[in-house]
Amino acid sequence: MKEWKNVWILAEVAQDKISPTAYELLTAGRSLADALGEKLCAVLLGHDVKKFAQDLLDHGADAVYVCDDVSLQHYVDDVYAKTLNGMIQAYKPNKFLLPATNLGRSLSAKTAIFAGTGLTADATEVMINPSDGQMHATRPTFGGNLMATITCARTRPEMCSLRPMSYPKAACVPGKKGEVIEFAFDAEKYTSLAKFLQFIKSEGEGLDLSETDVIVAGGRGLGKAEGFDLLYKLAERLGGAVAASRAPVDNGWIEYRRQIGLTGRTIKPKLYIACGISGQIQHMAGCSGADVIVAINKDPNAPIMKMAHYAVEGDLYEVIPAILETLEK
Amino acid sequence: MHILACVKQTPKSDNVKIDPATGCLIRSGAESAMNPFDEYALEEAVVLKEQLGGQVSVITMGPPAAENVLRDSIARGADKVYQLSDMAFAGSDTWSTSYALAKGAEKINEAQKIDLIICGKQTNDSDTGHIGPQISAWLNWPNAAFVKRVVKADEQCIVVERLTESGTEILQLPYPCVISVVKEISNPRVRSVKGRMAAKRAEVVKWTADDIGADKNKLGIQHCPTRVVKSFSPQRNTNAVVVDGANGKEKAAKLVALLKENKYI
Repeated sequence: MKEWKNVWILAEVAQDKISPTAYELLTAGRSLADALGEKLCAVLLGHDVKKFAQDLLDHGADAVYVCDDVSLQHYVDDVYAKTLNGMIQAYKPNKFLLPATNLGRSLSAKTAIFAGTGLTADATEVMINPSDGQMHATRPTFGGNLMATITCARTRPEMCSLRPMSYPKAACVPGKKGEVIEFAFDAEKYTSLAKFLQFIKSEGEGLDLSETDVIVAGGRGLGKAEGFDLLYKLAERLGGAVAASRAPVDNGWIEYRRQIGLTGRTIKPKLYIACGISGQIQHMAGCSGADVIVAINKDPNAPIMKMAHYAVEGDLYEVIPAILETLEK
Repeated sequence: MHILACVKQTPKSDNVKIDPATGCLIRSGAESAMNPFDEYALEEAVVLKEQLGGQVSVITMGPPAAENVLRDSIARGADKVYQLSDMAFAGSDTWSTSYALAKGAEKINEAQKIDLIICGKQTNDSDTGHIGPQISAWLNWPNAAFVKRVVKADEQCIVVERLTESGTEILQLPYPCVISVVKEISNPRVRSVKGRMAAKRAEVVKWTADDIGADKNKLGIQHCPTRVVKSFSPQRNTNAVVVDGANGKEKAAKLVALLKENKYI
């Protein structure tokens, strides 16, 4: 297995932009590469993506592997997974981190089978075990009730998808030097019967919950769909976005893409204001990365009133208008 | 149209308890049920059958007691059910589990061609979301994950909407193919009386690793590539600062002051 060397990260590109997860993976990957004394390499797949290589070098990659082809313009699982496996077999990385985004979760799973290797899903921490150089990937399971550390001893690369926002973004040092290696797309081999037809961007403001500093979230305690109007007001005032726990989504009060938690999304804002959310483990799994959590709840015994940083006991329909009023002063 | 839904018996999500001393899951006495995400997968399979005609088969891998989720599948509208049960499967990770399910699907496919395999987005116990894409990899069929809507399904292909972080992607997949679905896809129906009766009488086809021609060197805790080396309870913040006051106004003012003081707003 000695021929398998270096730490790879997949730099996801979405809508002609490097995904912030790429910089997080560069931070996580750097710690692994340094512990092993190996190189940190980024992988770019897509169409017209070579232009991003320097940015990845600037953010700490020692080398960038690029496969740039019009067939990779859109994400089709088979095409991407076969290409990625082609690169794995050609260059033999030791560890391979992918983002646990929707794209990364399905791509990593398919690629692991093609590459004949093990994959840890949605880890929140990775490290190198000094005695044998294996990667220890730690992840929440059972709805966040239990943490499990997973290894992949016998096959390479050891693969892992890493939950977005588990690591800080790598710093940028402009003009850093490094190798850019182009990998040729094989149109005969990297095929799929599936066809990409269309992308529709979500409408609405501040929808990308992963890029806002403030998130105001509502739970069962809102009592009705209209309750979100008040949360939108507060979010707008604070320059943030609105999200929800599972119950409002199940009740059809708000769309699924705004659901925070184990079965929804993970976010890491500076400020998370949880209104009428009880704080089940499954929900906390999605928001516990916030710098500060404020809980507003009628029930002083709700679990979130202990897990938050600031707990406000009271009716959200009284407290939130009062917050808005205070902010106006 | 022959649709195969994959289901798993898992602990009920609101029923998971951890032994504080060992950090291990307390399985004894924990109630089991169909993984909630698989309910949406099965429902969508039944909806498609109702639209296009055909049959819904259901497969699970699990210990003998997992037969219950297959009977439950019949009550929810499935026609035929298959259980992969063998000590050789025990402790399998997603690589081995998807291999076994793909081998089971191949055997079903030999008797009656499968058009579409539907999986839930993930399970509520291990939360990986690997199985759908990985079954498709073993079978070398096209797939799509995080499917939130079937736009169109006819005799030749299925057009689906896939959820991404920034929007929706529309893909067309010819049969045979694999989709994994999120909960937006369907509203699981209430089990009918007729369905419950059928569930009691239904035949559960049981297969071992040998029955499906699986290579035992790819199965079980001894052979799968990944292994759990440690498990523990997560650390949690339990020191909330209570923002008090005589009324909502006072509390709000105090909270805003605290957030400003610490530069959160």
